[in-house]
Amino acid sequence: MPRKTYVAAIQEALAEEMRRDQRVFLIGEDVRIGVFPSTRGLHTEFGDKRVIDSPISELAVAGAGIGAAVTGLRPIVDLMFGTFLYLAFDQIANQAGAMRYMYGGQTNVPLVFMVQNGAGSSAGHHHSQAVHQFFMNMPQIKVVLPSTPYDGKGLLKSAIRDDNPVLFLHSLSLGGKRGEVPADEYVIPIGEADVKRAGNDVTICAAGPTVYTALDAADALEAEGVAAEVIDLRSLSPWDKETVLESVAKTGRFIAVDESFPTCSAASEWAATVAEEAFYQLRAPVQRVTNKDVPMPFSPVLEKAVLPSEADVIAAVHKTLA
Amino acid sequence: MHHQDIPVDLALDIYTRVLRIRRFEEEVGRLFRQGQLPGFVHLYIGEEAVAAGVCAALTDEDTIISTHRGHGHVIAKGGDIKRMMAELFGKATGYCKGKGGSMHIADFEIGMLGAIGIVGGGIPIAVGAGLSAWYSGSDRVSLCFFGDGAANEGSFHESLNLASTLTLPVIFVCENNQYGEFTPAKNAMNINDIADRAIGYGIPGLVADGVDAFEMYRVTRAAVERARRGGGPTLIEAKTHRRGSHAEGEEAFLAGQTYRDEAETAAAQANDPLRLLHSYVSENGLLPAEQLEALDSDITQFVAEAAEAARNSPDPEIESLFEDLWL
Repeated sequence: MPRKTYVAAIQEALAEEMRRDQRVFLIGEDVRIGVFPSTRGLHTEFGDKRVIDSPISELAVAGAGIGAAVTGLRPIVDLMFGTFLYLAFDQIANQAGAMRYMYGGQTNVPLVFMVQNGAGSSAGHHHSQAVHQFFMNMPQIKVVLPSTPYDGKGLLKSAIRDDNPVLFLHSLSLGGKRGEVPADEYVIPIGEADVKRAGNDVTICAAGPTVYTALDAADALEAEGVAAEVIDLRSLSPWDKETVLESVAKTGRFIAVDESFPTCSAASEWAATVAEEAFYQLRAPVQRVTNKDVPMPFSPVLEKAVLPSEADVIAAVHKTLA
Repeated sequence: MHHQDIPVDLALDIYTRVLRIRRFEEEVGRLFRQGQLPGFVHLYIGEEAVAAGVCAALTDEDTIISTHRGHGHVIAKGGDIKRMMAELFGKATGYCKGKGGSMHIADFEIGMLGAIGIVGGGIPIAVGAGLSAWYSGSDRVSLCFFGDGAANEGSFHESLNLASTLTLPVIFVCENNQYGEFTPAKNAMNINDIADRAIGYGIPGLVADGVDAFEMYRVTRAAVERARRGGGPTLIEAKTHRRGSHAEGEEAFLAGQTYRDEAETAAAQANDPLRLLHSYVSENGLLPAEQLEALDSDITQFVAEAAEAARNSPDPEIESLFEDLWL
């Protein structure tokens, strides 16, 4: 099976979907040149109309995506960094997610918002936040956050084919990561988790780059004789509760690892659900491992200290075993 | 008012649209005062000539986006008064099955892509509808209504610029009704004409008399022709006047305070779009007096029946909460 980088897999999904469906187009700042290589080269193949460079106007571009979606197209709106979604908040929160419901089912919004999510490139607070938790809080916005090239391609294809608004979050820090990507056509359904590693002692749930933090922790725990089950959620809204609850029923211990600020983090939602629905199967209190509750600092040393670490995960697991 | 370029059937069509909006809004005002309507209603009385003249220049394929003060736009685009009234009552038979309400009416069948309750929130969406027409090679145009208040939102500026840079078939119609809620427009901007802002985006900006439905028709038609030819967007500022409250029942929020220039209000009242049109239609003998009266009473009765039907319509089933979600 060919091995590809995460970013190449995403580019491949975009190109294949644009070839498959004439209604699919890409709009955003510098998508022609491809400030992130995921859109690079697409303009050469698809031309001005289908790869549209826009002014730096996140609100208008997000809204234009909605208007195009409700009139028959399938836009991919690339707003570059997750934090730039804040500039487009009205269009996402008030319009894209609500429109179908608010108008009694008269329309639907087949639209993908695509941004890089999270820290790891030492770019300071304005370019290093994970934003998925805000959008998980909004009704009727789907949110996906793949951690591998295989999932990146398969989930982006699903997002583009979905008839509803989907926020596709990719990670710069994973951009160069290589993995197997089948040459044949495939998609990964939104809402299905992937059990990365089986274990009977503790369930560790993560998404995006924190999947690797969790896997590293699981390796270290194995040496101590602790078998951790690591679940990569892949989709954050809707999310695969069943897989998580089944795992907790087996292990009785739950750690939520999430690159969000702690209050109302994705981890908060996972932990609350496990506490609510699997309380009597738990042998220890649920644990959340999240960012430290400070704005994202610039210095690589400080940035690293804000993010969930392998040591944090191991410490949380130890607490549940105490 | 001399309009030899407006054929009789068009003049009567525009007059009928204005009259339907006026009688609908009067009934809605009454229903609200009687406590029959939940939520807020924002009436379009005094501004009817804008929607009527503008929409008369559009085809059924052309699309519009509306605002929190949107009833007039729905009617002018050919919407169903009964379904809108039922929506205002929050009933299952309403346009949005009771999930939208007064500020969120849509009728996708007639190209009414929705009223947006956020000031300026609809403008980017209209750009997208225009982008869609451009992308598909259709000669459809996208038209967006918004108020003077929205012209101070970032979405207005971003949208005009985006539509201009891509040369999209979008017509921006700013209804300058002189007030953003309780704030006079002149206190919220240091220019006389919002149309001047078009210069900053390299598109035409025109001022039109929003009380004159025929003038609104004429300027819109020119902008539509330009857009269909691939000439790109136009900003039209309709100078109009909000006759009544920001929202019905605003007295409760004002607590005895005032914000209006009474002389200006009196002048606007004297310059009523319906009265001007009625004079034109009757003085030029477009319809005999008895037919004009019959038209008015038919519309008044139709609106009253719509209210009665809405009142007697079923509330939404609680189960419908979980309908119209993800496809």
